[in-house]
Amino acid sequence: MSISPEEVFETVGMTVDHHFDIRTVTLSVNLKDCMDRNIERLCGRIKKRIIEKGALLNKYADRLEHKYGIPITNRRVAVTPVSLLLEPLGRDVKYAVKIAKALDEAANKADIDFIGGFGAMVQKGATAADEALIDSIPQALSQTSRVCSFLNLASTRAGMNMNAIEKFGRILKDLAGKGENAIGCAKIAVFANVPEDNPFMAGAHQGIGEPDFAINIGISGPGVVCNVVQQNADCDLTELAEVIKKTVFKITRAGELIGRELASYMGVDFGIVDISLASTTSAGDSVAGIIEAMGVGRVGQPGSTAALALLIDAAKKGGAMASSLVGGLSGTFIPVSEDAGMIRAAKEGVLTIEKLEALTAVCSVGLDMIAVPGDTSAEVLSAIIADELAIGVVNNKTTGVRIIPVPNSKPGQIVHFGGLLGSAPIMKLAKTQNSAFVRRKGRIPPPIQSLRN
Amino acid sequence: MKKQPQVCIITVTGQDKVGIIARLATAMAEANINIIDVNQNIMEEYFVMTMAVDIEHSKLDIEQIRGVLDSIGQDMGLAITFQDQNIFKVMHRI
Repeated sequence: MSISPEEVFETVGMTVDHHFDIRTVTLSVNLKDCMDRNIERLCGRIKKRIIEKGALLNKYADRLEHKYGIPITNRRVAVTPVSLLLEPLGRDVKYAVKIAKALDEAANKADIDFIGGFGAMVQKGATAADEALIDSIPQALSQTSRVCSFLNLASTRAGMNMNAIEKFGRILKDLAGKGENAIGCAKIAVFANVPEDNPFMAGAHQGIGEPDFAINIGISGPGVVCNVVQQNADCDLTELAEVIKKTVFKITRAGELIGRELASYMGVDFGIVDISLASTTSAGDSVAGIIEAMGVGRVGQPGSTAALALLIDAAKKGGAMASSLVGGLSGTFIPVSEDAGMIRAAKEGVLTIEKLEALTAVCSVGLDMIAVPGDTSAEVLSAIIADELAIGVVNNKTTGVRIIPVPNSKPGQIVHFGGLLGSAPIMKLAKTQNSAFVRRKGRIPPPIQSLRN
Repeated sequence: MKKQPQVCIITVTGQDKVGIIARLATAMAEANINIIDVNQNIMEEYFVMTMAVDIEHSKLDIEQIRGVLDSIGQDMGLAITFQDQNIFKVMHRI
């Protein structure tokens, strides 16, 4: 046999003992050709396409699970930004809500875990249809269960749309009041420089530069990386980077194999493999666990940012060697509620929102799944978002925010969201009035791209 | 349509006992699956084996083979995995 028993058991150990799985296979689906001035016809076409393609996605994903013995945890669909589909229908919230319900119904029928793309690109300004979509978010996300939403509110080229950022704070407050534990807020992420081929929710959508259909893959291997870091307790950080690189190479290759084969079964393009290390709440499957295994006592303590920078860089180098088509977010996720180590550090007060913001300067995804007290004002929410997106805009990278103001909650209290969304301690925020800055609105100009020091 | 050659790797780990290989080999023969390589070791009464099989002419599909192996694993108290060998090739060979 060309593969040695040691190699076989290394791979088997990754899946059996260290939670290696394909976190998501996401089929991106073009819906632009479904547009119509008649809402019923539009919804009919959307449902037909998604039910048909979603069922195929499930069928072939099941087949690959059996063939390779690697679980595919989530099956998802990402569609054309819905604001585009609204264009022929004019500025009417009820149409946007209707489309959200059609997407939800289709995802339910096809048994797709999540459907993303209920969003808009408004980094520079919003059309009437974009405004209608944003206004519909509280209703749309509280009346559906599988629909995920995104907004691109800023970019390095366009700067920051503070009109939309200011408005979004109010939208988020409104959404938080609808549904238990403000669960709707866990289904929307806002971005700077949003990628068009991201397979992960809540930001997945089908960008306008994408083909009709494509398969994008997200892998999940924090447990595997954590294990090799623990196995190499005595090596220096140069050697540790090498060990991480080799491990991420292996899991990326597995992800790419499954992605390519799935795309070929479905007769569609293979898009990208997203090498983000996506944690789950299972013990050991934690990005915080990796940082702590590197020797930082608790994630959030001094050393965490440098450790995360090393981890992400090594992951990118290993991933880029493994696949020529790395894309999406491809950083490391630090969603507080979805990572057992992050939850523990936040509960202990070691991990604060300020430190999380610093971590995101070296990590792609931004402030993810952060629960804050229910009495946080809309302006403070907008200001937190503006701060985080500024990091992305200035550093020419993607950052996002998924923040959940849980009504009637106090700092330190634990809120449960269920499933992959996990549970989060309510983070403490500084109690000062902070409204004048975001109320100025306007557009923060794009940053200068020369004079880089 | 002609079936494509397809090599899969079975791993077996657990407490050593009489008849593990016999039971697996019989199940493979019944399904018309050809065993092409076996590598087996005993480490402190612990049985560790990898078996490469060609399922090109198998009477069972992958899901059914997995079912057969799962029931042998349950009967004999063994952990059995079954995966297409391509996964090992892509992970361990450039």
